[in-house]
Parts: sequence; C-alpha cells; structure tokens
Amino acid sequence: MKVEQISVFLENKSGRLAEVMRVLGSAGINIRALSIADTSDFGILRIIVNDKEKALKALKEKDFTVSKTEVVAVEVPDKPGGLAQILDLLDKKGVNVEYMYAFIERSSENAVIIFRFDGNDKAIEVLTTAGIVILDGSKVYNL
Amino acid sequence: MIWNEEFETLPREALESLQLKRLKATVDRVYATVPFYKKKFDETGLKPAHIKSLADLKLLPFTVKTDLRDNYPFGLFSVPMESVVRVHASSGTTGKPIVVGYTKRDIDTWAELMARTLTAAGIHKGDIVHNSYGYGLFTGGLGAHYGAERIGASVIPISGGNTKRQIMIMKDFGPTAITCTPSYALHLADVARDMGIDPAKDFKIRVGCFGAEPWSEKMREQIEKIYNIDAVDIFGLTEVIGPGVSSECIEAKKGLHVFEDHFIPEIINPETGEPLPYGEKGELVFTSITKEAFPVIRYRTRDISCLNPELCICGRTFVRMERITGRTDDMLIIRGVNVFPSQIESALMQIEGLEPHYQLIVDRKNNLDTIEVQVEVNEKIFSDEVKRLEIIEKRVVHDIKEMFGVSCKCTLVEPKTIQRSEGKAQRVIDKRKL
Repeated sequence: MKVEQISVFLENKSGRLAEVMRVLGSAGINIRALSIADTSDFGILRIIVNDKEKALKALKEKDFTVSKTEVVAVEVPDKPGGLAQILDLLDKKGVNVEYMYAFIERSSENAVIIFRFDGNDKAIEVLTTAGIVILDGSKVYNL
Repeated sequence: MIWNEEFETLPREALESLQLKRLKATVDRVYATVPFYKKKFDETGLKPAHIKSLADLKLLPFTVKTDLRDNYPFGLFSVPMESVVRVHASSGTTGKPIVVGYTKRDIDTWAELMARTLTAAGIHKGDIVHNSYGYGLFTGGLGAHYGAERIGASVIPISGGNTKRQIMIMKDFGPTAITCTPSYALHLADVARDMGIDPAKDFKIRVGCFGAEPWSEKMREQIEKIYNIDAVDIFGLTEVIGPGVSSECIEAKKGLHVFEDHFIPEIINPETGEPLPYGEKGELVFTSITKEAFPVIRYRTRDISCLNPELCICGRTFVRMERITGRTDDMLIIRGVNVFPSQIESALMQIEGLEPHYQLIVDRKNNLDTIEVQVEVNEKIFSDEVKRLEIIEKRVVHDIKEMFGVSCKCTLVEPKTIQRSEGKAQRVIDKRKL
C-alpha cells in the first residue's frame, strides 16, 4: 500500500537541482511527482520515479546523498473540500502530517496527493476504513 | 613613560648578569621541586650546575603545550598548593585546560609587569581604565586590572560582553584608556555608531592597550582613526604569566619590549630547535626567571616572531619582539579563544553518524571573528525530513559553543564537496585579512 520516495540532499547553490535532473534524465528516469523542502543552506528534493532502483544507482554514482522513505499516495476527490475531509479524518485519529505534496498526474477523476505521516500504517488504516483509495506503489510509479 | 626606570633601562651587561643569576635560581628550583623537570634533565644527564652562562640556556630541554596538559592540573607547580594564592587557566581547550598558579609574590610581579605595560602606553594615575578583557580563569581581565590599580589609575572592571551597556558606560564614565582585544575595540566602535555615538568625539579615550589575538598595522590604523587614540600592542600568554610578557612603548610603537628581567626570550628554528640569531624569524620561546608557583623552562609558544636588539627611542634596554606574524601549528584564535581544528573534529566525532569530512571557514565580519563549520552529509545522517537535519546542525553549534564558548554556524554540504588533498586535508580556510 505504500510508495517509495527518493530523497536527495541538495546544497543551496545554483545548478544543483539541474544536475540531479540531468543525472536522472540521462539514466532514462521519469519523475512522477516531486517537491523540495528548503532552508537557507540546503534543500531536500523528494521525488517519486518510475524506476527507483535505477534512479538511486545513478544518483549515488554521482556522489549525491540519497535515502528511501515510504510515503502514502492518497486519491483525493477533485472538488472543494476534498482534502479538508481527508485531513479531518486523520486529525480525529491523532495522525500528524510530516509533509505532503501533490502528484503531477491525476488518477481517474481524482487528484493524487503524497503524504508522509508520523504513523503511515495508522493513516492507511484510518483512510481505508473511511473508503478513501490508497494507491499501490506499482500503480503510482507507472501513472 | 617608564614605570620602573631602574630595571627597564638596565645596561645590557647588568641585565644579563641579573638574568643569569635568576636563571640559575629557577633551574635549581624546578630541578628540586618539579618531578617533570627533574626527569627531563636526568634523561640527558643535565645538572643545574651545568648552566654557567646565558649561552647554556640552549642545553635546557624545551617545554611544550602537551607537557602542561599531561601534568594537569597542578603537576608542574613548584610550590605547595598552600602557597598558591590564585590559579588561572587557558582558554578554549577540550575538557582539560592548561592550569597555572601564582604565589603572592607572583601576583605582585604580574601587577608590576602590567604596570609597566600600561605605563609604556602612557597610562598613569588619574586615568580611568575601561577594562574589557574577560575576568575569570582567563588571565586578561585580572592581569590588566591589577596593573591599572598598581599605577593608581581608576579601573572600570567591565569585563567582556554586553556591548551596548559598555558603550553607555564609556560615554557616561568618561574612561581615558581602554584595554581589550583589537577586534572587540572595532566591534564596540561599530555598535557605538549604530547607537548614534561617534567614538572619536563622544568618548574621552586617549589610548588603548590591545592584545590576546593577532592583529596588524592596518587594524591599528583603523582603531586609531575611529577612536582618535593611540593603539598599543601588548603580548602575553597564560603559560608564561598572562599579559605583561612584552609591550610596545607609545613613543615608538615599533615592536614589543620583552620584560627581560623576568623572561628570557629566544627565537628558534621550529624544525630543528636550534636557536636563531637576532633578526631572524622563527618560533618564540620563553623561560621565566622570577616566577615561583609556575616557572616555565624554554616554553615553545608556537608563535612566530623575531627579536630586535636595537636601542629604542624610549630608553628601554629590553629587546623588542616583532608583532606575532603567525603560528607554527594550526591553532586558530577566534575572538581571543584558542581553537585547534583537531578539537572541533573530536567534537564532531561525538555526534553519531558524522564523518570527519569537515572544513572550518574563519572570517571576520563587522570586526568580529566568525567560524562556519561545514560538514558533509552522508546517508547515516540524511533524512527526508528537514527537522532531522536541522537537529544535527543545532547539535554541532551547541557542542562547539559548550566546548569553546564560541558561537559558530554549521552548514551541511554535499558529499565530496570539501576538497580532499593528498596527505593532509585543508581543514581551515581563514579569510580574515588582518
């Protein structure tokens, strides 16, 4: 039920993001979703790609510091209040969102949002019980 | 102006015979009372009686910083603890500082030496001395304080820090002299100007004694212009006595007179240990010849200087040492605190997951030394969450502050961005232009 995200450490200086994209591009990796968390000194690039093992290998070869993290891809109704309803469910059960970002592609009529919760398993349980669709990794990588 | 005309202008011949007498007494004393020195002498078969002339100084073994640390805390004291009336310790070392002791007479000697220092800068009874050297284990504050009292000046024992309050006091109390590190003098001036105060017009300061860190002629010009004062260079180190080892005279402001009736200076080749003639640059070495509680024999300062025997216009017969131009080791002086890169490394190694790939960027911004610790991120510490990386940065800043009392900035950098050289890595980039 979970999706593997790759995180890449980036120094806050020009050309670093471009370099990551070049490395991924020449390895033939396609990016499905991405976000960047930044501070004044550094950033963390978080991406979901179509071939994570290949992406990890390519980045490590170029000396980037990378890590894998499990995140949850949630289908959110593409209408006003869609996200609010989901967050409300989680809040009631005491699940906290560490970070989240929107997916580039849509799945059927719904938007897809990537979440990292402080308790991913609990979040999945809460959401599936409420009938919210959680996308499987294999599906997300190939959206 | 000269505080102690008799000793400070002794003809060289008389000075040298006094030095020899005092050197012999010191050598006898350490051999008899300090096991460390006895052992070192015995290893080479040297007896105190072998010291027959000042030229025999070179027979004596060197003492280095690690000897002092190895005998922590009181192992090199030459008197029983009950005769020690005060201890001081060196700044900024991991865990174990270097501890020195003073008898009542040593404190008296020190006050005399600082009285000479302040007098050489033209400070006298009637002056109000704003003493911003730190009080405490650091020798600067109390050293300058006792000297100022000895000459009969009025002391403001303000110590370091709380800059705005210092400026208020400088404006209201009207001190005519200031004693602090040169970088702090510039920082005080910056803050004063931000407060709408012109240090040249609104203060009554006439002269400043600046030391405890390396500075330059350029900085002197700057300080003299900003405050409209004479800026005098003073020198000392905890291991030898504290401030009061040597001082410039206001008449010449060209080299620091070493108080040779109390300390014998030498310049040696740092590689071979061979003494070098006057005028040649090398490592500065001191032997104390009047200290009771903590005598030092041929203490290697690691500071680079040279000695000038030319007679000075001020009338003092003491040789002058050139302003310190560098170090023979990698010690950094950050805001007056001694910092070895190896100590920062050991602090970093305490943090789980960090690897010794780091670099220190030292700079001087707004006249205050800054230090940035760059650490490479590896997979062990990397996280997808910003807060986890920030915790590591904060930990580095905190640990270094705890260890040295110096605030730094920590920046995480990408792997392999810190240059790896063949052999010794370049750990320090010192951008300060003194």
